[in-house]
Amino acid sequence: MRTISIAKRVTRELFRDKRTLMLMFLAPILVLFLMKLVFSTNSSTNVDLATVNVNTSLVKTLDKVSHVDTHKYTTDKKAQNALTKIQSQLPNQAPKKQTQSKIINHYQYGNSDTNFFDKIVPILMGFFVFFFVFLISGMALLNERTSGTLNRLLATPVKRSEIVFGYMLSYGGLAIIQTLIIVLFTVWALKVEVVGNILYVILINFILALVALAFGILMSTFAKSEFQMMQFIPLVIVPQVFFSGIIPLDTMANGVKVISYILPLKYAGDALSGIVMSGNGFLQILPDIGILLVFLVILTVMNILGLKKYRKV
Amino acid sequence: MYEAIISLNNVVKKFGKQTVLRNINFQVPQGRIIGLIGPSGAGKSTIIKVILGMEVPDSGQTTIFNQKMPNRKLLGKIGYMAQSDALYEQLTGRENLQFYADMKELTKTAAAQQIKHVTQVVDLTKALDKRVSGYSDGMKRRLSLAIALLGFNQILILDEPTVGVDPALRRQIWSELQNLRNQGKTILVTTHVMDEAELTDDVALLLGGQIIAYNDPYSLKQAYQVNSIEEVFLKAEAIQNENNLYR
Repeated sequence: MRTISIAKRVTRELFRDKRTLMLMFLAPILVLFLMKLVFSTNSSTNVDLATVNVNTSLVKTLDKVSHVDTHKYTTDKKAQNALTKIQSQLPNQAPKKQTQSKIINHYQYGNSDTNFFDKIVPILMGFFVFFFVFLISGMALLNERTSGTLNRLLATPVKRSEIVFGYMLSYGGLAIIQTLIIVLFTVWALKVEVVGNILYVILINFILALVALAFGILMSTFAKSEFQMMQFIPLVIVPQVFFSGIIPLDTMANGVKVISYILPLKYAGDALSGIVMSGNGFLQILPDIGILLVFLVILTVMNILGLKKYRKV
Repeated sequence: MYEAIISLNNVVKKFGKQTVLRNINFQVPQGRIIGLIGPSGAGKSTIIKVILGMEVPDSGQTTIFNQKMPNRKLLGKIGYMAQSDALYEQLTGRENLQFYADMKELTKTAAAQQIKHVTQVVDLTKALDKRVSGYSDGMKRRLSLAIALLGFNQILILDEPTVGVDPALRRQIWSELQNLRNQGKTILVTTHVMDEAELTDDVALLLGGQIIAYNDPYSLKQAYQVNSIEEVFLKAEAIQNENNLYR
């Protein structure tokens, strides 16, 4: 029952801290929205048309067609000059006549509108959960240590494991809410298609949040102040971004790729992409879940033992 | 003779190369208020940590109720107030108290009853449902004390309980401590305020990691041939310094 009391207290503290709450729930939405704007360009062909003595209403209608722009010229010659100018700038002219062949696109995943953003969205979901839970939980435990509440707590008959599990319960719940907000936003506002089951997305993010929490708590024992906690961001978070799959892993050298296997975000990213892009079922994400759970168990045990530093029993 | 509730036997504690406690022998009998005084850095907090089992002595051993510390379950019988207020500032006074009541596994009715009582003792009833972040330093200190009083404690360990508390309330707190003592509770108090030391039943004087005197205030004053505990303290320190010079 002490576990529940601790979870209740941690949650209550979090919900009273409005700014942190905003950071956890709104910052991911804002960043996702910005990324959507930045990465949403699909390479499509734009056509510029020169018009000479063409019916104005026709020109206007043409102009409205997407990817088509019209330019008015008064004489044929001027239009011809403009064309040669553009053609001289082009690097290689494709041979004009080719054997007639038809290209038909079949989309295994997604559709013709799928772009880079859609590809990284699942990984970003995991990343936000990991980043915010890592940072805020680490700070919270650090704060308990520096303010002396941890010592006071340990002067009661509470078990060390109850403290760790209480935190997990609280931040796990928080991660579920955060995931729901992110998923709903990406699906409804950003129109990203989630092929698989949303429940699996939440499951993965929940486990990932627990890993992040355990990681945050562990790191906080090495930090003396909040400033030092911030210093773990480039050390812990940034490498995970590089190897999470946002940057395609298959283009990396084999030696470098190995690093990704020790980073939890890689497994979460793989599983999430699988669910969101190709609708992977439970059996297909099971290996990733398994590895995340291994991370979780190891880190949790380390944390429970680590608290021995503050009370010897 | 009283039965020793807390007992430290030949306790030595080192942090790195620094020896903080050298061979401490310290018996606390039941039903008394023991004042632990000494300059800062003398090892008062370390003694408390060893008693609570937060630290394990390098040699020697600590027992509470004849059971060896560290022992998690025994902590349920000890009320502890740390030197820092150590409160959850985002929560109200009541939520802080309720949380620690839960940690001590009090039943709902016992918790409600005790919270009511301890807030009366420290005079916080009115501010109970306000957030701690809005409390004054004195109020925080009082809430911290109230938390220590929660539960069915046999022992109270209070680290500087009356710092930043005004005189009227300080008197009230001491009368509550004496009240608890009369109920058979054992109270260990560290303090800087020497006239508070006069209110204790026994004073242990800690200097340089050793208990150099341990007696009731009257006998101590007689032994050092002075009129107050403050003078006892100063004289003991002077003697200690002299010894160090000639060593």
